[in-house]
Amino acid sequence: MEMPTPNAETVARKAQIVARLAAALPPGTIISDIAETRAYECDALSAYRCAPLAVALPRTTDEVATVLRLCHEMRVPVVPRGAGTSLAGGSLPTADSVVLGIARLNEVLETDLANRAIRVGSGRTNLSVTGAVEQDGFFYAPDPSSQLACAIAGNIAMNSGGAHCLKYGVTTNNLLGVTLVTMDGTVHEIGGAYLDAGGLDLLALICGSEGQLGVVTEATLRILPKPEGARPVLIGYASSEVAGACVSDIIKAGVLPVAIEFMDRPCIRATEAFAHAGYPDCEALLIVEVEGSPAEIDEQLEIILEIARRHNPIELRESASEEEAARIWLGRKSAFGAMGQMGDYMCLDGTIPVSQLPFVLRRIGEMSDEFGLQVGNVFHAGDGNMHPLIIYDANTPGEQEKCEALGAEILKLCVEVGGCLTGEHGVGIEKRDLMDYQFTPEDLDMQMAVKDVFDPGWLLNPAKVFPLAQSAARRMAAQ
Amino acid sequence: MGPGTEEELAQIVAEAAGPLRIVGGGTRSFGVAQGEELSTAGLSGVTLYEPGALTLVVQAGTPLAEVDALLADEGQALPFEPMDHRGLLGTQGAPTIGGMVAANVSGPRRISVGACRDFLLGVRFVDGAGRVLKNGGRVMKNVTGYDLARLMAGSHGTLGVLTEVSLKVLPVARASATLALDGLEAARAVAALSRALGSPFEVSGAAHVAAGQARTLIRLEGFAASVNYRAERLCAVLAEFGDWQVLPDAIDIWRDVRDVKALQADGDVWRVSARPSDGPALAARVPGADAMFDWGGGLIWLRVPEGTDVRAALGQFDGHATLVRAGQETRVRLGVFAQPAPSLALIEAGLRARFDPRGIFNAGLMAPPERTI
Repeated sequence: MEMPTPNAETVARKAQIVARLAAALPPGTIISDIAETRAYECDALSAYRCAPLAVALPRTTDEVATVLRLCHEMRVPVVPRGAGTSLAGGSLPTADSVVLGIARLNEVLETDLANRAIRVGSGRTNLSVTGAVEQDGFFYAPDPSSQLACAIAGNIAMNSGGAHCLKYGVTTNNLLGVTLVTMDGTVHEIGGAYLDAGGLDLLALICGSEGQLGVVTEATLRILPKPEGARPVLIGYASSEVAGACVSDIIKAGVLPVAIEFMDRPCIRATEAFAHAGYPDCEALLIVEVEGSPAEIDEQLEIILEIARRHNPIELRESASEEEAARIWLGRKSAFGAMGQMGDYMCLDGTIPVSQLPFVLRRIGEMSDEFGLQVGNVFHAGDGNMHPLIIYDANTPGEQEKCEALGAEILKLCVEVGGCLTGEHGVGIEKRDLMDYQFTPEDLDMQMAVKDVFDPGWLLNPAKVFPLAQSAARRMAAQ
Repeated sequence: MGPGTEEELAQIVAEAAGPLRIVGGGTRSFGVAQGEELSTAGLSGVTLYEPGALTLVVQAGTPLAEVDALLADEGQALPFEPMDHRGLLGTQGAPTIGGMVAANVSGPRRISVGACRDFLLGVRFVDGAGRVLKNGGRVMKNVTGYDLARLMAGSHGTLGVLTEVSLKVLPVARASATLALDGLEAARAVAALSRALGSPFEVSGAAHVAAGQARTLIRLEGFAASVNYRAERLCAVLAEFGDWQVLPDAIDIWRDVRDVKALQADGDVWRVSARPSDGPALAARVPGADAMFDWGGGLIWLRVPEGTDVRAALGQFDGHATLVRAGQETRVRLGVFAQPAPSLALIEAGLRARFDPRGIFNAGLMAPPERTI
């Protein structure tokens, strides 16, 4: 993955830039020592690293505005950073940039249970939003795997999802309002603790804009009452076609599970060796979870099990207790860790129409053989969001490039069958140069024109999302 | 003008010499847009429907009734329960899918499942330069690039002319029950709705009709045994508010809530979005208003004497007010949509300038002409 050449003139101004920022902000806000900035050289796409010019860690919206305004005046690119858990390189710095971390803005600002809303500093972690309201019987629905660490700011930037979004939707469906600071330092208030913000749907634009339109410092989020209970079942099939048909029949039957997770044989074997969850050795494994009171759960599971049996499962496991439910989830939840034991891995995130599942899995198997790299599939089957994990060895010369080439082929396949490059991780640098497969130059030009409105100088996270060749003219004009 | 294809539509836009007033079925025209009429009715038909994937792709001019019938055959529906504006606005014609998306029309179920924009998976549209553009797609999870599809929803045809939309659909619930209680005053009613919505019993409709005989309504949907169980539990949770009646089938009642039937008689009609718990006090600030509350109190419909400036009466609050029904003079004088804060108005004007550089789409509808660049 290529990054633009840093602006040598900006790098040469480092001392001056740091001095001006430090003078305008409280002590301890600006980090410029090379040993300390190294901690910000990458996110969870750790194959790519580059220490920034400096790091700013403001504590308030006003301080964020100051950092942005000064960088705007000095024409220094800014790379916003949540908790640094992006799998797409969304917060990868360049050597001429200032990283703006919002982790210190992590307070709960208002809890409004009557109106089912909470307002938090955007640096607050996803799980701790739920933590702030769960004693009152509420939760925040989007639940990315990294929810213990990831920040709401990053969730908004990437429009994060999670295992339960089949029922509850992704970040954009649960975001009611934001405080947004644009690159020139202007602070905007959009929406609030009510269901539809006025005017054009700017919240929709900001959600998933990967930190390119502005920096979100506060967010009003929808919270929901916790269901009385939840229970999973595990269903094993001899083929992915049959598993796919089962998923489709469950959805058609009118049951709306909160999650339908899918694992294929390579992934099952890896997790068995690692977590010993007692999964059957089969071609396709489904975990289907439903919610409600015990009686409601029984009613929904009865329908699901009846459908599952019609497709001749080789294993059908119910959970009668918390322990058994936890065992069913154990393998799925440790899938990424288990695959990590097998070597380095690259996690893809394409989405496909559910009907294309068997075909796409078969093609991925064939491509895996062609490239000589193992691929395990674990994904959200209800909404077609795939997570192929490609195993490779970063220490073998040429293997990372081969892995990236295979990844690109798999993502192109997702687009060919009517899907998209990324369902919940974002484009970042990882899928940036594949955007041409999904969009025409005019489609991309319209999106870049939106960035022109919010950030005319193309200073905010400029080297992400759009193919470098297509954004070059705008980025150059800004310099 | 009524193009029959996307290409024809793009050509008409590219060659347009003046402003265009974009019309689907013409049933939701609460605006003050000027210009030559451009109808999307010729772009009609279902492109793709996969019930097992809950996915529908349809041309923008397709009548909503056609889509409803197609989905009903598979036991599915547009879950956000779009309002039919004909009764309130006294319009004729057939509402279209494109008009519904452009106005982001949602009904009572918005409180549980989300709005029209939440079910929008992708769009194709023609921009003000006559370019055919697409955004999103037909899959449920998609964060590839900026979300221009949702931006189009609720932009009332001011950013582009929709030609095709992809929507997520859901199965229709097999059973429903409605808890009803008469005579609560508004603040007490909204407190009851809030209690219900904060319970784990998955309320899918929460309304209070204050005009006429006051009535508070709470809807539960799902499988029969589950609905009965939840109705029983909810009656117990809400016992302090009164003795709730459980209506087994209340389709007509919820259709009336959806279409604001209680306020269809004479007068101007406003739609206010606010914090639910602020709703009753806000309604009380408007002299002579009849009110209906949906979305647990957060959507306030007000019928007021003609020409009343509801925004002035409401003053400062968390939310905004839209003028849905009024005479032309009032619409022009007060503006249909609340104007955003100055910094956001600049952003909106900037976006309009990019999507519609000549300012020809529904000019003057959302932003005053002087704000359109």
